[in-house]
Amino acid sequence: MSDTDSRKQEETETKLVVEKQDDLPKFEKEQSNKITEKFGSKTEIAFVKPDRVRVNVKKEDILEVASFIRDELHYDHAESVTGIDFPTDKEIEVVYHLGSYTDPKLGRQVLSLATRAPREDVPNPGNDSTRLPSLRDIFYSVEFHERECFEMLGVFFEGHPDNRRLLLPEDWADLPPLRKDFKIKGR
Amino acid sequence: MTAKLPPGLQLEKEDDKIMTLNVGPQHPGSGHMRLIIKVDGDFIVSCDPDPGYVHRGEEKMAEYRNYITNIPHLERPVIHDSCNILYPYVLGVEELLGLEVPERAKYIRVIAAELNRIVYTLYWLGIYGIFLGHSTMFMWPMGDRELAIDLLEKLTGARVTHSYFVPGGIRNDAPANFEDVCIRQVNYLEKRLRTYGDIFYDNPILIARTENTGILTREDAIRLGTTGTVLRASGVDFDIRTKEPYDVYDELDVHTNVLKNGDSYDRSKTPWLDMLESCNIIRQALEKMPKSGSVRVKLKPNPKGGDDEVYKRVESGRGSLGTYIVSRSKPEPYRLKMSVGSFRNLICLPYLLKGEKLGNMPAVYWSLNYWPVEADR
Repeated sequence: MSDTDSRKQEETETKLVVEKQDDLPKFEKEQSNKITEKFGSKTEIAFVKPDRVRVNVKKEDILEVASFIRDELHYDHAESVTGIDFPTDKEIEVVYHLGSYTDPKLGRQVLSLATRAPREDVPNPGNDSTRLPSLRDIFYSVEFHERECFEMLGVFFEGHPDNRRLLLPEDWADLPPLRKDFKIKGR
Repeated sequence: MTAKLPPGLQLEKEDDKIMTLNVGPQHPGSGHMRLIIKVDGDFIVSCDPDPGYVHRGEEKMAEYRNYITNIPHLERPVIHDSCNILYPYVLGVEELLGLEVPERAKYIRVIAAELNRIVYTLYWLGIYGIFLGHSTMFMWPMGDRELAIDLLEKLTGARVTHSYFVPGGIRNDAPANFEDVCIRQVNYLEKRLRTYGDIFYDNPILIARTENTGILTREDAIRLGTTGTVLRASGVDFDIRTKEPYDVYDELDVHTNVLKNGDSYDRSKTPWLDMLESCNIIRQALEKMPKSGSVRVKLKPNPKGGDDEVYKRVESGRGSLGTYIVSRSKPEPYRLKMSVGSFRNLICLPYLLKGEKLGNMPAVYWSLNYWPVEADR
């Protein structure tokens, strides 16, 4: 690349574009409205972006909300289940990303359903208060994802038939590795 | 924690007829994973997949590195499909930082991603061929793969681990004669790929071994949340490239290959049809691509995202590949999760193998288009 080219590239340096969307995407807004109409203050719509909606619920209500999302909004499978550790809040968040194969209108949509479990400073996975109801009976596809979440963050899923280790060695005796207080050596 | 024996090491007490077999983790037929299979004579009673032998904590590592230094290690799970595994990450970071990618870079990305899909699928096809005792199907894809690898080497400078996609575009522009070489090699490659139909897919031995084995019905494929070629072989028309087009896929004519039987034969055929479609996409992209222009926007040093999160997905060689990035106004991601096709398809293995003959196990297992290293991350 010649000098002039590289100089040109420097000129096209982009700035952070912060766009506030006043009129939210219509289809996604309808989806989130259906959830708020049904559940009211039990759910909190965290954001509505193009093709993405996020719903926060308490762990007591997640089974009810998930069944509604499956039966009424026609989401039929989970794409991923992510556990996120928030040590300052003393909570662990679990986010389900749900998608749909059967409803062609939902091809672009991913609905995030998030809930939080209490976090203990000295974890004892499976035997402490870090527990959530399993969504395996509602979305069958979460089976392996929830197993991964259990070993990586120590969130026990009640009602899951197979809460065994999946990726970690059977004799792993340290903290669940994706918690923030588990540090990589030398870093 | 109870002091139970790890799964696979229990003694069978209920019935002496049932024997537990450990397939892997060193067995060449399983890749770096273990299948705990219980057999009654020649028939599989149950199967318990045990991945994790190549788990290296990519998601944990990503929390310690900034958005640029994350690039090389994130492509390690599938080094022969490295463009596609980086794609959702790069798209996600661009959304977090609010970057606008130049048009030419978008086309070159699509070309690189489709070439990489061919490189990956030919590797997979070679292994599938040798598993079924068809050594020609090992030699031919490995040889033809070089055509696509040479193109990628010309484009990116590296044969397998390209690290080519960066937030804001691609690392470097294509060399001057790339288009001519690319169209020539892709045309030849397509001619070669078509001959695979005669030697492999119409071969009565392959058909006898794979047809009607490991049938995954349409309902099960949806319920189990499978993705990619496994899903499309079961009759579900779902491809991220057409359902949620990213970059310039909406300007290209992408045909989705859907087969309907859901057996091992259809699952092995879908990736081959996808490769032919990839050649088609590359030709279209080369034609529509702007012939000159910038390919990368310059980033500020140590870019930071806001308090936001983003979930992006692309269609990789193994199906939908999603990356979820949670940002907390730091140069590093607060949490990065990769939801990969191999891991999502793993769940259907116990269902497919139940009641199959043990000899059909490799044919069913590899038809899942499974890559153990990616599943473990």
